[in-house]
Amino acid sequence: MQDWPLWEVFIRAKGGLSHRHAGSVHAADAKMALEHARDTYTRRMEGVSLWVIPSAQIISSDPADAGPLFEPAEDKIYRHPTFYSIPDHIKHI
Amino acid sequence: MAALAPLSTYALRLGDDALILGQRLSEWCGHAPTIEVDLSLANLALDLIGQATHFLGVAGDADKLAFHRDALDFSNCLLVEQPNGDFAQTMARQFLFSTFQELHLHALASSKDERFAAIAAKAVKEVAYHRQLSSDWVVRLGDGTEESRARMTAGLDWMWRFVDELFQMDELEAKLAKGGAGVDKSELRAEWDRRVDAVLAEATLARPASRRPVLGGRRGHHTEHLGPLLSQMQFLQRAYPGAVW
Repeated sequence: MQDWPLWEVFIRAKGGLSHRHAGSVHAADAKMALEHARDTYTRRMEGVSLWVIPSAQIISSDPADAGPLFEPAEDKIYRHPTFYSIPDHIKHI
Repeated sequence: MAALAPLSTYALRLGDDALILGQRLSEWCGHAPTIEVDLSLANLALDLIGQATHFLGVAGDADKLAFHRDALDFSNCLLVEQPNGDFAQTMARQFLFSTFQELHLHALASSKDERFAAIAAKAVKEVAYHRQLSSDWVVRLGDGTEESRARMTAGLDWMWRFVDELFQMDELEAKLAKGGAGVDKSELRAEWDRRVDAVLAEATLARPASRRPVLGGRRGHHTEHLGPLLSQMQFLQRAYPGAVW
């Protein structure tokens, strides 16, 4: 059991919402991973759809690269559309 | 125990099957090979104990029936009281029973008795998952390593002599089936055989050799394994009657 690979679990809470990462499970194969995900993460009506993905298949950014990757965005607040004045009669925005 | 009405007796049998298997499965809690399998088995156990609560509630006071009867008054089939053994034996038992229980509940969902129909309609979805989960394990272990295959073969072998009892009809159940409240379980056998054979084929396992069937659970004639199970399950209510938490 120690050699069961890790799988990442994503749950769609209800129709129309996107799948969100919920956690991970160990399982020997895809079928078992889905069953383990179901039994571990949807016991309290958390979702209507499940994805499982072998954790090894996820390509992640290197934490050491966080500086060059993410810090340049810090001083570019103009990328947030907060500089427009919205007329009073426009609701729901 | 005083004689029950036929419908109550039938409810008691259905409830006892679910209760005893639920209790058996709960023995794995904290002992399963991985945390995920631990949760799977606990989920199954809780589904079954929920079903037991409903069926025993039709027969009378569910708590009293669960905790204040002796082995002779239990009417569960012998299969569900069999010991967990190793994980393969547990899954073999689950596979054989869930395949039967799903067919039984599916038919019972059309019962003329609304209470049976409602409980069965809800429970059959739970049990369809139990059947799926346990079938997958039968295939995985049967068509796995040499050791897993040997263990699954031994597990099926242990459980096989208790299969015939699942489909056994007596006068009481035959009458209920005829009246439309119950199910003629003998009619489920062909489909059960077909489904079990399909999974065994996928698992590359041979069907265990036919053995002399062991019967008697419905009449209270149990194997030696039920007593210890009850003594653990009933201890608290026997020692402290009416205790609540």
